[in-house]
Amino acid sequence: MHPLLVGCAAGFSGDRTDAALPVVETLIRRGGPSVLIFETLAERTLALAQLARKSDPDAGYEPLLEDLVRPILARCMEKGVRIVSNFGAANPRGAARVIRKIASELGCRQPQIAVVVGDDVSATQHRDALLASLGDAGNGIDIASANAYQGAEPIADALRAGADIVVTGRVADPSLTVGPALAHFGWAADDWDRLGRATMAGHLLECGAQVTGGYYADPGYKDVPDLAHVGFPIAEIDSDGHCVMTKADATGGVLDEHTMKEQLLYEVHDPSAYLTPDVTADISDAHVETRGANTVALRGVRGHARPPTLKVNVFYEHGWLAEGEISYAGHGAERRARLAGEVIRERLRECGPVRVDVIGVTSLFGDDAGKWFGAYPAGDALDVRLRVAMNHADKRTAERLPREVTALYTCGPAGGGGVRTSLRKRLGTVSCALPRELAPAWFEFVE
Amino acid sequence: MITVPLHRAAHGRTGDKGNRSNISVIAWDPALFPLIVEQITEDAVARQFSHRAPSRVARYLLPKLHAMNFVIDDVLDGGVNDSLNLDSHGKSLSYLLLELPLTVPADLAPLLRGG
Repeated sequence: MHPLLVGCAAGFSGDRTDAALPVVETLIRRGGPSVLIFETLAERTLALAQLARKSDPDAGYEPLLEDLVRPILARCMEKGVRIVSNFGAANPRGAARVIRKIASELGCRQPQIAVVVGDDVSATQHRDALLASLGDAGNGIDIASANAYQGAEPIADALRAGADIVVTGRVADPSLTVGPALAHFGWAADDWDRLGRATMAGHLLECGAQVTGGYYADPGYKDVPDLAHVGFPIAEIDSDGHCVMTKADATGGVLDEHTMKEQLLYEVHDPSAYLTPDVTADISDAHVETRGANTVALRGVRGHARPPTLKVNVFYEHGWLAEGEISYAGHGAERRARLAGEVIRERLRECGPVRVDVIGVTSLFGDDAGKWFGAYPAGDALDVRLRVAMNHADKRTAERLPREVTALYTCGPAGGGGVRTSLRKRLGTVSCALPRELAPAWFEFVE
Repeated sequence: MITVPLHRAAHGRTGDKGNRSNISVIAWDPALFPLIVEQITEDAVARQFSHRAPSRVARYLLPKLHAMNFVIDDVLDGGVNDSLNLDSHGKSLSYLLLELPLTVPADLAPLLRGG
């Protein structure tokens, strides 16, 4: 059976919108059945989309949808490249309407569009089951969104029924790849080894350039050619689910055994039990084999039975995050920045703990309690930026931090400049599990 | 014998889920892998992150990839929910782990990168 090509053109909401065209042109050039996926739905992205839809019923899909789809829609419709994406976020039907409008404007064939529904479990009929599963974690939280990670089957069903484009909300990221593979090869839903292999192909694809030299470069250690034009990945999946990874033609970046290994282990916990709604994938015996330039095969993946429940992410409003920054340069800059940090702590003493960092000295490895910062030797850095941050449930109290940082202009140490402050709503999240039968998913064609 | 930072012998990437971090450690060369397994232990990693008070460090070996995967629990000050860190995901933490010292016999030194 002819292998299936799956190209990925986005690894998160906010990824490059010019990544897709080289992928699509490469898929067309190589020929055979092919699918383009966009993964644009991080955990938090969906919660924000749910909030956006509450204030505007037409919103709630990927904000960059038009920019992602417009450059490639006509070519995909002309050449039969199908599109599968979770860019529907909180409003797959809204996203489908936008794609219809783009197709009309481009004058290309109108795609047959399917939406996958069933992931949203925030409605009242699910409340009791959710709260039971959350246990103590559910006490006193005001649920803003709750979505179950759905799997590959409704995507596969939609493609088998003739969809050109499948728009989903929350599905497990690898399912965007497993769905097309299931539809193309006709595997059984309990063919665990094949599903496990396709899942890891999807895992390698789902972060876009992270497997082709993006998020990898480290000059002198890990050099990446033409990172500014890094190419996005394409998986060639065979009838046993094995994949050979490549990247779009005439692009920058690199795909080698080391980039493959970094992405293979990304966000994996126990390598023998990578859980998705479709399968428990097992990479404990996996290995990689170079097959040519920018061409690496993944072998040795197994699969075990899928988990009996679906993972659900619940988001709730969780107070305010206040941040402020100010810079110091020249003689005594680090000492002045540290003094400014002490001033902020003293001014906000009754509001709660304030995190203090000196950017340019130490700002990332430390802990919020300041154990690391306190032990870090004070030095004579000559160009530094103070950063302070505080959480608070009460907005008016949180607002005091940006005001105090701004007041450093006249009341703080000498020569501070470049104040920037922000105050943002914070979302908290807890995860739980729901029995599959309580959260069925299916597809519907959009007229 | 020479002692070098681990980043000369291996590379890695951090991922996060909630308040849990996973950090891969991938040997640049298969011949360096046994040394890394022997020296970069759960205890060594727990000590390197002690200021963040992890509740548990688990290490998984992937010998056919010449790699290990560390899973570090409760190391992100609550992660994207609660952390005040600029890097609330802890994405930079692979570089803290890769600062751990590694002692390498002289005959394997040519396999090290950078330096």
